[in-house]
Amino acid sequence: MKPTVAFFDFSSCEGCQLQIANLEETVLDVADKVNIVEFREVMKEHAEAYDIAIVEGSICRPMDEERLRKIRKNATILIALGACAHLGSVQRLGNQWTAEENKEEVYGKTIPEVTDDSNPFFEQPRHRSLDEIVPVDLVIPGCPIDRNEFVKVLVALLQGKKPPIPDYPVCVECKKRENVCLFTIGKFCMGPVARAGCNAICPTYGLGCEACRGYVSHPHEKAQTDVLKKYGLSTEEIMNRKTMYTYKYVEKQQEKPREKEVKA
Amino acid sequence: MSTVSVNVEHLTRVEGHGNIVLNAKDGTVEKVEWQVSEAPRFFESFVRGRPWDELSFLTSRICGICSIGHSLTSLKATEAAMQIPISDQTGMLRRLALHAENMQSHILHVGYLVAPDMFRVGSVFPLVPDHKDLVLKIVKMHRLANELSTLVCGRTTHPITMIPGGFSWIPSQRALLEYQQHLRDIIPVCEDVGQALLDNCHMLPDFSRETEYIGLTSDEEYALYDGVIASTDTGTHPVEEYESVANEFIVPQSTAKYTKHHRDSYMVGALARFNLNSDQLHPLAMQWALKFQLKPLCYNPFMNSIAQVVEYIHSVEDGILLIDKLVEQGINRDERPSVQVKAGRGIAAVEVPRGILFHDYTYNDKGICTKANCVIPTNQNHNNIQKDMEVFAPTLLEKPEKDIELNLEMLVRAYDPCISCSTHYLDVTFV
Repeated sequence: MKPTVAFFDFSSCEGCQLQIANLEETVLDVADKVNIVEFREVMKEHAEAYDIAIVEGSICRPMDEERLRKIRKNATILIALGACAHLGSVQRLGNQWTAEENKEEVYGKTIPEVTDDSNPFFEQPRHRSLDEIVPVDLVIPGCPIDRNEFVKVLVALLQGKKPPIPDYPVCVECKKRENVCLFTIGKFCMGPVARAGCNAICPTYGLGCEACRGYVSHPHEKAQTDVLKKYGLSTEEIMNRKTMYTYKYVEKQQEKPREKEVKA
Repeated sequence: MSTVSVNVEHLTRVEGHGNIVLNAKDGTVEKVEWQVSEAPRFFESFVRGRPWDELSFLTSRICGICSIGHSLTSLKATEAAMQIPISDQTGMLRRLALHAENMQSHILHVGYLVAPDMFRVGSVFPLVPDHKDLVLKIVKMHRLANELSTLVCGRTTHPITMIPGGFSWIPSQRALLEYQQHLRDIIPVCEDVGQALLDNCHMLPDFSRETEYIGLTSDEEYALYDGVIASTDTGTHPVEEYESVANEFIVPQSTAKYTKHHRDSYMVGALARFNLNSDQLHPLAMQWALKFQLKPLCYNPFMNSIAQVVEYIHSVEDGILLIDKLVEQGINRDERPSVQVKAGRGIAAVEVPRGILFHDYTYNDKGICTKANCVIPTNQNHNNIQKDMEVFAPTLLEKPEKDIELNLEMLVRAYDPCISCSTHYLDVTFV
């Protein structure tokens, strides 16, 4: 029997699910190898149980948490798809303010309709990644995901193999492509600490990496030290300089001293 | 008498999350409501404090499908705030990028999301066994659009190369010319798909409601990248006055803001653009509009999907001409922007696949964003969807609930709503 697969989305731009459509003809091959039982963006059907749940988006309200828990219960394997599900992505930057402050900035001050009581869709919006709510079996990182990597991961799962997500810095791929290191032309790049797998696509087009795939698993040990050394940078400096996709790590760092205080 | 209750939660085959609720008793509609339940992400709040060169990358993430359109509007707003000039070449490459997105988004909507309704199936997958040739042609049109994004923007979703003042990387003349041939080759494919849709066009409900249409207009071209605001009711308005056109307001059933201008509601998108500017379409696009009997002013929202087909063809024709002009002028691959960061406010509008999009930023003298406002096409359509539903629903009550549900879903789908953009959800509820 073909394994059943269901797609779900929470807060996101749905650009990662769009990459499935962007597989073009290959999407028909995928649909041939697995049984897609739910995919709200492209089909009407709903399902109550599935072998693989593929979830895009960050989790923000109690109603979203509850829905994610249900999906987790119905699934054997749960995959976090893309930077929102993996890290909380750009919308996580909103966590710098309270929910009320954000609401006031976007929707205005004195609008009585916009209360949590009158509109449950507004309840407590704080963005988190999936693994902060439920156990996640696998992450397909990136903003957006690389659609070829998606297929590789799916194929590995179907063959019972370990999915091939790299755990080395973007610098490795950039050097393989023989790109000019952006630091040499005065640009800033997170390549030395960012997780590879994108084939260094942004540096290749002349833009610094923003670590949309998160960091390598132990950035202090696995960072590209020769590049860091040459330009007098520390891992910490790089990680704190740019936070477009990686505000999760900033929040985690802020939490640490607080945890210590509590313990003390 | 019968009670009709429809409740569609998380409407399918649309981008984002929305619900439809209908209660009717004894042949009278008691409640019909279009609800937007998408979780808010507060882009306008969290971009505060971010530097000028991050804004287009951050706001691109408002929507995957229209990431090029958000990037372009964002770049234009930043450029307006700091008076950053752009070259002719940049203008033409940006127009190509916008065509890529328009083509990709339109064929995705018409081919993958609307066509299943026209063939009365649940998704594009059941179409494959009986209509494989048609599905593969749709895929081909989709692929072609994505290849253009990759050529100009570095990839298909969330563009890399577009930066304030220009590009970080510019495609070669050879690559552009190769692509131009693909554009020529797609024309017969477009016509085959157009014919298949024409043969099934009678499946689209015949429903009209007079409303106002708003979009950009320009003397130079069928306005997409640039122009002034135009309304079918009130004529033209400067882009800087967008706030008095959109008049955003908040309703209790939605996390998306609603808008209205001269009437209770207005519509934006392909049909609005067609209604405003159809005489500037290229010849083949014009010919297909006639085949579908699409003429301005068309008040049938279901014809929005047909206007998208017409625009796809227009984008192919315009793409061919743009590449001719770029090559004639000679591609300068070394051109890089020069930016002088300064304080200011910039307002910009671009026609993205679902309609007119506004970004409005204020920067301090360090180039840090201190205030942002984005008015999204789907937000501008939510209110028109609601008003359409109020008129359309009573005409459906004699039908079985399943058909009522299908018709209401099709109505929302016709607008090609992008609810992530406007916040994010689509569901029908028959209560």
